[in-house]
Amino acid sequence: MALSTHRTTTALLRHLTPAISYLRHISTDSTSTITVETSVPFTGHKIDPPSRSVDTTAQELMSFFRDMALMRRMEIAADSLYKAKLIRGFCHLYDGQEAVAVGMEAAITRKDCIITAYRDHCIFLGRGGTLLESFSELMGRKDGCSKGKGGSMHFYKKEGGFYGGHGIVGAQIPLGCGLAFAQKYKNDENVTFTLYGDGAANQGQLFEALNMAALWDLPAILVCENNHYGMGTAEWRAAKSPAYYKRGDYVPGLKVDGMDALAVKQACRFAKEHALTNGPIILEMDTYRYHGHSMSDPGSTYRTRDEISGVRQERDPIERVRKLLLAYDIANEKELKDIEKEARKQVDEAIAKAKESPLPEPSELFTNVYVKGYGVESFGADRKEIRAALP
Amino acid sequence: MSAILRKIIAPGGIPAWGIRVIASRTYSSSAGGKEMTVRDALNSALDEEMSADPSVLLMGEEVGEYQGAYKISKGLLDKYGPKRVIDTPITEAGFTGMAVGAAYHGLRPVVEFMTFNFSMQAIDHIINSAAKSNYMSSGQISVPIVFRGPNGAAAGVGAQHSQCYAAWYASCPGLKVLVPYNSEDARGLLKAAIRDPDPVVFLENELLYGESFPISAEALDSSFCLPIGKAKIEREGKDVTIVAFSKMVGYALKAAEILAKEGVSAEVINLRSIRPLDRATINTSVRKTNRLVTVEEGFPQHGVGAEICASIVEESFEYLDAPVERITGADVPMPYAANLERMAVPQVEDIVRAAKRTCYRSVPVAVNA
Repeated sequence: MALSTHRTTTALLRHLTPAISYLRHISTDSTSTITVETSVPFTGHKIDPPSRSVDTTAQELMSFFRDMALMRRMEIAADSLYKAKLIRGFCHLYDGQEAVAVGMEAAITRKDCIITAYRDHCIFLGRGGTLLESFSELMGRKDGCSKGKGGSMHFYKKEGGFYGGHGIVGAQIPLGCGLAFAQKYKNDENVTFTLYGDGAANQGQLFEALNMAALWDLPAILVCENNHYGMGTAEWRAAKSPAYYKRGDYVPGLKVDGMDALAVKQACRFAKEHALTNGPIILEMDTYRYHGHSMSDPGSTYRTRDEISGVRQERDPIERVRKLLLAYDIANEKELKDIEKEARKQVDEAIAKAKESPLPEPSELFTNVYVKGYGVESFGADRKEIRAALP
Repeated sequence: MSAILRKIIAPGGIPAWGIRVIASRTYSSSAGGKEMTVRDALNSALDEEMSADPSVLLMGEEVGEYQGAYKISKGLLDKYGPKRVIDTPITEAGFTGMAVGAAYHGLRPVVEFMTFNFSMQAIDHIINSAAKSNYMSSGQISVPIVFRGPNGAAAGVGAQHSQCYAAWYASCPGLKVLVPYNSEDARGLLKAAIRDPDPVVFLENELLYGESFPISAEALDSSFCLPIGKAKIEREGKDVTIVAFSKMVGYALKAAEILAKEGVSAEVINLRSIRPLDRATINTSVRKTNRLVTVEEGFPQHGVGAEICASIVEESFEYLDAPVERITGADVPMPYAANLERMAVPQVEDIVRAAKRTCYRSVPVAVNA
């Protein structure tokens, strides 16, 4: 990794032990530019890829670390809550893929839209969702982001530009192109990032939506989070051509190291510029999930433990940012450990608070069926016992 | 409300009894009332709503340059331009999903299915992406969208192009399902649907598009809207209630004429809305007449009539003097041959016969085609 930098302080201090915290080399708040080269170049399909040199700042790198540490902790805590049966049904965890969520956020605004499938907890956090809303929703409590009525797969934060949280594989792709359609209709100069997996990449509706997005020049960015497994099926067993960034044919694509938050940021910024002037583009994020497809899947029947630990050692997104922070002396080991401890603490506090949040009122069974219910009658299981007028 | 006699135009000619009755309307209007085809009613409703609200747009196959497969959107492309009247490729799953996404973001799309048979390709988006979103998001994501198009049997179009989807869509909480019969229904319900903040499935009927109905000045006003979830009593009666929707309302009214000559006074209810279902109006009527015949074009099993029958049994059992009768489409895929097709959809005589059965009148044996 090349270390060309523009620094405000002298290079001499670099040789002192990083443990001397008061001899900070670069302040964690510093917004002066640091340029980093991504370890893997971008590969383009029908487009010239952006440069490998990514501009960042100490502040940004610290925020990457902090946010990813929080996301990682949240997902691991969710694992425990699921095993304790406090989370029910489906729970799809994102640990390993955090760089996509934070890198994307760094390149866009909350007026841009993001829509994804069911592996949505960390995207929700990135869009401004809180840990309390997340854990409450997972446990089906009224303080959840969907007031407990959605569950793990149906997190939303409309005011943060996050449109869910969708359970049907591939459905979010036309929906996302529709968000882009609305953005263009309203002339609001924003874009939509539609996230899907390597499994969903084979869905017909993707190609239907992509065709229309290209035909109508919509500001839609299709982001394939290729974690190489569609549930238990490896990409080579599901796709004749697993070069997902090329599958758009007439739509340009970019292959990105999805475990590198800076590469993700660069790609997303590039894609946003492209989409606003030239219509849709596909980003394939080469990423990896440590957990199985969901909590019901151990994730080791179709992949080796060596593979999983290998990726963790070589490519973990948090470790990469940690190395950068240490190399540039932005923070030392202890400080970073403290941040991780703080993340753990925040997660534990949020869980404790979420556990206190009550289940929704029984009357909530009948709310939000419609925006405008006209007082129409709805029924419970025994309609002679339970009926309600929909507001 | 005074009895209403509607001008009835039989497809194919003068009714059997040789009398054409001129309608007198319920609404105050100038003498010499206007008439309007259902097609024009829908077109004018779309036009007015698009004019009033710039976030309303129309998308579907052939809606723009072709002026609409059934000419419902005639003139709209010229008036509103290609940004708001959008010709889509033949990709229902894709464009329906996109329309729902646009609705998430605050636009008010009207999606036209060339027929509702093709909506099956997009049904995941109608149900899972549209109908359930407001509930799953606890009110964050509302979906002000209308899915419209011809539903049910046309003439001679065969099994894959003739299904009625009223029962399927109406079973789903989160959707509203509207079924206009005449031009006033078409205007009032479509305008209400477009203004409604929830996903609405709007089931038209191809064979009714060309039919002309009287229309009041009130109904022609651009602010005219019909309430969603309220059925209309088209004809008052006291001996038997006939509940129908869409084209079958016309058949039910004809049946009522025939029954009147035989001394049976039938009350005809035009549902207008399958979901919400106006159980109150149906129950009130049955409590008055004590007999019920439901009429629909669709398949019988798990159909609209089945739901109405269950509702009456639950709410008004003691008032029934006879079992509820269902007249429905035949329990077979729609055949092509004209004689078989005729047997596969309800005919006026079927409704008459069922009504007589509820009155314990003897009926001639049904004639096979």
